[in-house]
Amino acid sequence: MNMNTVTEQNNDGIKLTPEQAKARRARNIALGLCIAGLCVLFFAVTIVRLGGTVLQRPM
Amino acid sequence: MSLVSGEQIDGGLRISSASPRDYFALLKPRVMSLVVLTALAGMMIEPTHVNPVAGFISLLSIAVGAGASGALNMWYDADIDAVMSRTSTRPIPSGRILPGEALGFGLVLSAFSVLTLGLVSNWLAAGLLAFTIFFYAVIYTMWLKRWTPQNIVIGGAAGALPPVVACAAITGSVSLASLVLFAIIFVWTPPHFWALAIAKASEYGRAGVPMMPNAKGEKRTRLEMLIYTILLAPLGVVPALLGQASIAYGVIAALSGLFMLNLAIKVWRAPDAQAADRDCKKLFGYSILYLFLLFGVIVIENTIVTVLRVMGS
Repeated sequence: MNMNTVTEQNNDGIKLTPEQAKARRARNIALGLCIAGLCVLFFAVTIVRLGGTVLQRPM
Repeated sequence: MSLVSGEQIDGGLRISSASPRDYFALLKPRVMSLVVLTALAGMMIEPTHVNPVAGFISLLSIAVGAGASGALNMWYDADIDAVMSRTSTRPIPSGRILPGEALGFGLVLSAFSVLTLGLVSNWLAAGLLAFTIFFYAVIYTMWLKRWTPQNIVIGGAAGALPPVVACAAITGSVSLASLVLFAIIFVWTPPHFWALAIAKASEYGRAGVPMMPNAKGEKRTRLEMLIYTILLAPLGVVPALLGQASIAYGVIAALSGLFMLNLAIKVWRAPDAQAADRDCKKLFGYSILYLFLLFGVIVIENTIVTVLRVMGS
């Protein structure tokens, strides 16, 4: 595929069907929730492993 | 790949229509629920205090690890799944998810589950979880399943390991109690799986999978199912005999084990293929209930003990 073809394709754009757009949005939301869940999970792991006083250290 | 050619764009790109539900289906949620229960029993049978947050995250890691191995299994076995009625609607054979996407999903979840378990508990548990995933995805799926009729007997070790992993996660070692739970699931697997394999023997044969019924014959399979159930019925009572579970558990395990033995005898003595098929379906359904019952009782009685101890202190 040469550069012209890529440019043409970008100009035309890839039109998602409503079903594909809906599926992509659902996947994005699920991925966002998973990442948020992981943040909470690793925060909890940190507190459990190091104790609640982990943040109270002399500067 | 022909399965997804309808969604290919010139140049090999593909717009996915897979929903989060399809990715969740890759984790084999019904198997995961059994893993969660058996792992929870493995944790609770130990007389050790567990931080509830650490315990929950360990359990979650084990469940996700089991799900990851399920995704890797579906990635490798997509060709078999496509020709079997029970599995042809799974996300890969139906074309909703590409094999490469399932492989990436399985590998990422495997890595995350093992590392998280190592961080929250200890590296013995994480190593055991990694071994469980490896055993299921590589030893069972890639090697044993297509090679020997003993595939699910040896491969059953992967499904039996969650209580051992859970025990290691909270105690840092492998206890006798967790090994007894391992043995119960290990011996339970052949009669459970072969009951299904007899009902689906022609499909396994068409897919080229050497399951016991189509490789060694139905008669031999029914005999071996009976032998394994004869071993299983007393083994189910062992946790009570060793003092790891209550007398109530022992009574329930003995009665439910005898009932399962009765069903296995019916399968063994079935006069014709039609009767065997019918009895196998009954045994398959009951075997799931049996395992849920045994491990459910362990979880419930230990929960009651913990609640009473907390209320008393």
